[in-house]
Amino acid sequence: MSSIKLKNISKYICKNINLEIFDKELLVLLGPNGAGKSTLLNVIAGLIDYEGSVFFNKIPVDKEPANKRRIGYLFQELNLFPHLDVSANIAYGLRIQKQSQDEIRTRVEELLQIMKIKHLSSRYPKELSGGEKQRVALARALANSPRILLLDEPMNSLDYRTSKYLRTEFKILQKKLGITTIYVTHNFYEAEEMAQRIAVLDKGSVEQVGSPQEIFFHPTEAVNDFIGAPNILTCDYCNRLSFGLIEVKCGDISLVVSSEREKIKKVAILPEDIYLSDTRPPGPDVNRVRGKLTEIEESSSTVCCTVKTGKNSLKVKLPQEIFASMNLNIGDEVWLILAPRKLKIITDGE
Amino acid sequence: MKIVKIFKLKWEIIPIIIFLGIWEIIARLDLMPGQFFFPPFSTVVTEFWYLTVSGVLGRNFLSSLIRVLIGFSAGSIAGLFIGIIMGWNNLANKALNPIISLIYPIPALGWLPLLMLWFGIGEILPIAIIFICSFFPILYNTVTGIKNVNKNYIYAARTLGAPDIEIITTVVMPLALPNIFTGLRLEAGMAWRVIIAAEMVAIPTGIGALMMKAESLIRIDIIIVCLIVLGIMCLSFEKFFAFLEKKLTYRWR
Repeated sequence: MSSIKLKNISKYICKNINLEIFDKELLVLLGPNGAGKSTLLNVIAGLIDYEGSVFFNKIPVDKEPANKRRIGYLFQELNLFPHLDVSANIAYGLRIQKQSQDEIRTRVEELLQIMKIKHLSSRYPKELSGGEKQRVALARALANSPRILLLDEPMNSLDYRTSKYLRTEFKILQKKLGITTIYVTHNFYEAEEMAQRIAVLDKGSVEQVGSPQEIFFHPTEAVNDFIGAPNILTCDYCNRLSFGLIEVKCGDISLVVSSEREKIKKVAILPEDIYLSDTRPPGPDVNRVRGKLTEIEESSSTVCCTVKTGKNSLKVKLPQEIFASMNLNIGDEVWLILAPRKLKIITDGE
Repeated sequence: MKIVKIFKLKWEIIPIIIFLGIWEIIARLDLMPGQFFFPPFSTVVTEFWYLTVSGVLGRNFLSSLIRVLIGFSAGSIAGLFIGIIMGWNNLANKALNPIISLIYPIPALGWLPLLMLWFGIGEILPIAIIFICSFFPILYNTVTGIKNVNKNYIYAARTLGAPDIEIITTVVMPLALPNIFTGLRLEAGMAWRVIIAAEMVAIPTGIGALMMKAESLIRIDIIIVCLIVLGIMCLSFEKFFAFLEKKLTYRWR
C-alpha cells in the first residue's frame, strides 16, 4: 500500500493544495510552465520545506527527511552522477543502504536487464544518448524499491519517437511493478496517453482532477485556457468498419475514428488539430469536411476561424502567416481535415 | 603511438639543447663582460656532479623537500577540511569568510617576521610559512568547487537515501575535485618558491641556504645548480598533481 495525500500544501506559488493519489495509481500532474508542478514533487520528496501535511499510507511524513522517505525521483535533468559509470549510478542507493556486494550485484544486473541497458554497464553518463540516460536514471530511481515514484517531465529532452517508445515501455513497467507514480508534464497528449487520472495544476492550485476523457470533454474554465476548448460533436450514428475503425455521423459531418468500442457518444478535437485549406485537399474523401467561413478572430500569432458545416460549427486555429497566405474572407468556402489520431471519443461505457 | 610520443618529446628537447649550446659558446668565447660571473654550462654540470657525490646537494635538498612535504600536506589537509565545512554549511561560510578574506591577501613571506618571533629560527618556521602559503588557496578552491556542484546532484543523492556525510564523500567531493586540484597544482609549485625565500632569509639549511652561502663565496655555478634543482622541483610537483587530476577525472569530464 502506497497512497499519497497532500493536505493544504503551500510553498512558493503553490497555495493550499489538496490532492490524493491512490495506491498503485499513475497520476499525471498537468500544467503550464511555472504552475508549481516541480515544487509539488519536491514537497512530496521532502527536498524543500513547506506548509501543510504530506501523508504516505495515511501516516504523516512531514518530519521525515528526503533520504528517509523511500522515494524514487526521476528529475527533469536526470542528474546522473557524472563521475560514476552506469552500474555505479544504479548501485548508488543500494550502497548507501549498506547492502552486501552480492545483493548489489544481483539487483544491478536485474535492473540492467529490465531496462535493456546491460551493454552500457561500464559507460559514463557523458557517453550515453538521451534515451539511454533516461533508462539509466529510471533504473537508479527504481533500485531501492521505492514506495513512490516521481517523474518530473522526464521525456522533455527526447525526440518524439524515443519519447513515445519510452512512455509506452514505462507504462507497462509501472503496471507490472504496481508502484504509485506521479508523472509531471505540460503536454496534454502525453498526459492523456499515460494517465489513469490527470490533475491539472495552474498558478499553484489544482484546477481539475479526473480521467483524461473528463478533463478533455468537460474542462473547467481555467483548464480550458490551458489545453484549449475542444470542438465537441454529438454522434447520431455509428457503424463498425474493419481494423478497429468506426464510422460516425455527427449531423452532416461523417468521420472515421479509431476505437475498440462501437457505441460512440461524442467526438472532440482541439481547434489547433484541424487543418484548414482554401482548396479541396487531395487524397481520399475521409474526415474531410466542406464548410463556410463565418467568423475570423485574430490574436498576436494565431487566427481562430469559425467554419459552419450544416448544423455544426467548428473552431479552427492556425498560425497567422498560413492564414494570410490563403487570403480568406468571411463567407468563403473552405475544407477541413480532421486527423483520426487527434480525435478524442466518449463511448457509451464512459 | 609510442613513436609519435618519442618524436614529440624530441621536439620539446631541441630548444633546450640549442639554449644550452648558446650558453656554453657565449661563456667559452668570453662574449659576456665579467666572464667569472657567467660560467659555462659544462662547469655547472661538473659542479652539480661534485655537489651530488659529496652529498652537499642531497642533504640540503632533503631538508627543503621534507619542509615542503610537511608544510604543504598540513596546509592542504587543513584547507580542504575547513573548505568542506565552509562550502557545505552556509552559516560557517558566513562566519569565517570575513576573517579569511582579510588574512588571505597577506603574502606568505609577510608572516616571516612574526613567525620568527613566535617560533624562533628552527624547523617549525619554514613549515609554518608553507602551511600558510598552501592553506588559503586550497581552502578557496575547495569552497568554490563545492559551491559549484549542481544542487540537483545533491537532491538526487538525497532521494536515493544518502545522509549529508555520504553526499559529501560520494558526490560533492568527487565533483569538486577539478577545482581542488587547480589549487593543489598551483600551490605545489608555490610552496617551493616560498621555502627557498624563507631559507634564504632565516634558515641555515636547505637549497635556499645553500644559495645564500654560494652567493657569499661568489660561486655562480652553485647558485645556477640550485636554481635548476628548484625549477625541476616546481615543475615536477605541478606535473604530479596535473597527472593525478587527469587520472582521477578524465573518464567522466
